[in-house]
Amino acid sequence: MDYVVVGAGPAGVIAAETLRRADPSGAVTLIGDEPAAPYSRMAIPYLLAGDIEPAGTHLRHGTGHYRAHGIKVVKGRRVTRVAAKSRVLTLDDGAKVKYDKLLVATGSRPVRPPIKGIDLPGIESCWTLADAAAIARKAKPRSRVVLMGAGFIGCIILEALAARKVDLTVVEMADRMVARMMDRQGGDMIKRWCEGRGVKVLTSTRVEAIEKTKTGFRLAIGRRAALEADLVVCATGVAPNVEFLKGSGVETEFGILVDHGLRTSVPDIFAAGDVAQGPELITGKPEVHAIQPTASEHGRVAALNMAGVPSHYRGSLSMNVLNTLGLISSSFGHWQGLPGGEIAEASDPDHFCYLRLCFKDDRVVGALALGLTQHVGVIRGLVQTGLPLGPWKKALQRDPHQVMNAYLDLTKAVP
Amino acid sequence: MQKSLLIEPEKCTSCLQCEMACSFEHEGSFNPAKSRIKVFEFEHGRRAIPYTCTQCAEAWCLHACPVEALARNPTTGAVEVKEDVCVGCKVCTIACPFGTINYNRDSGKVAKCDLCGGDPQCAAACPTGAITFVDSDWTGYERMKAWAAKTDNQPRA
Repeated sequence: MDYVVVGAGPAGVIAAETLRRADPSGAVTLIGDEPAAPYSRMAIPYLLAGDIEPAGTHLRHGTGHYRAHGIKVVKGRRVTRVAAKSRVLTLDDGAKVKYDKLLVATGSRPVRPPIKGIDLPGIESCWTLADAAAIARKAKPRSRVVLMGAGFIGCIILEALAARKVDLTVVEMADRMVARMMDRQGGDMIKRWCEGRGVKVLTSTRVEAIEKTKTGFRLAIGRRAALEADLVVCATGVAPNVEFLKGSGVETEFGILVDHGLRTSVPDIFAAGDVAQGPELITGKPEVHAIQPTASEHGRVAALNMAGVPSHYRGSLSMNVLNTLGLISSSFGHWQGLPGGEIAEASDPDHFCYLRLCFKDDRVVGALALGLTQHVGVIRGLVQTGLPLGPWKKALQRDPHQVMNAYLDLTKAVP
Repeated sequence: MQKSLLIEPEKCTSCLQCEMACSFEHEGSFNPAKSRIKVFEFEHGRRAIPYTCTQCAEAWCLHACPVEALARNPTTGAVEVKEDVCVGCKVCTIACPFGTINYNRDSGKVAKCDLCGGDPQCAAACPTGAITFVDSDWTGYERMKAWAAKTDNQPRA
């Protein structure tokens, strides 16, 4: 059996390893379009901050990991076409690769807003190791850096840029920071925290145009104002890499539509990770959750099904954890609340502490936490198990910080 | 035979000796806030439950780690943090549905119970036998693991 995995991120690597274990006699090929050993984009900010060396971003350590597992790794090659009927891939050098079972784990790529000057040379995304190296060369202490986008990825880069002691301005179109993982209250706290640590944060602000100056860039914002920058870093969102599937018959919406077994609409083609749009845990609706835990779970379940081990994925739960200059925030599931649900909040803005729980019927379906680092995982436990809260619902509505006690008591985890 | 922590909350007096011993063993100071085992009190202290990682088979933390900084110790069965590899991204802290791997602001890394390499100091320090270190097939402990299975959506080959 020829298994081919396209995409050498976490979902692809975990799938390749799982395939190897599940079908020791199969041939496993992992194709990635970057020159480095398979690495984790999540680790890039720590590389940029100078905390780790490039090898510290690698998904697997030690030499010969892939060879030892009988996984053939093809680096620096991109798949340009999938011929589903004949089960043949075409690579960008013209080479053909045959498959019996194919996993598409091609992840996503950064996208930029359609504004004048956005593609000027020297405006950097922060997505690959090569991007990080380019930013590191220019982000010197006191250099003026404008970061476009204060979403999750923008905020992670923010932390790394601040560590390089640059003069940092963040421009965000939305009315708050990390709008997709924080409500107004939490987003405002993060903004106030960052401003208190010397970062200029402009929310509800749009970059209208960018032009080159003698030493760097001028960014027009609003009607009259402008920002001068030595370096512009663009973190304005990502989009799944699905274009090469054109003509393959694989159905896509935002990402590749997959079922509870990570199967696409085409037999023997599976998808996993950031590129896959699969069932969400609570609603069952197809969603793209571009997060590490989903990539890891998708990769494993997809591989098992590819190898003929029937496996059912209940669904992915959106969750994120973020460190903005020392303020730690996390989000779980439906933190905006579900229709007909209830919400409980405990907020201490002076101490940058905030906890919000969202209930639907007798369950916790989502949460936000700011300034909380101990036992936050148990919130996932509550959401994932869908544990009926019984009398604890009232207790949690009075004091959301009782989540750990509620979990312990309800599960009788310790008898 | 691998051994596991057995927790019998009805014997716990909430004296916090376990938290003291744990923090001293791992952090070099008597600081319950930095302990990897935590005593949770109920009914205004009338009931207490010591709680820490069960080294669950699913190892959500390990599978969520983007840089392979978590690994199972083949001798003790404990999932351990490789501090020199951990970048401090904290994804494991939200992925673990038990809340038993946590971020340590001082080190910038995560910390969890490692069974002290096979000689857990919480058990050694517990004066009432609420925490003991016993052969893993001893029941009782299986309930926590059962919960690990209930939350599981990661079938294994």
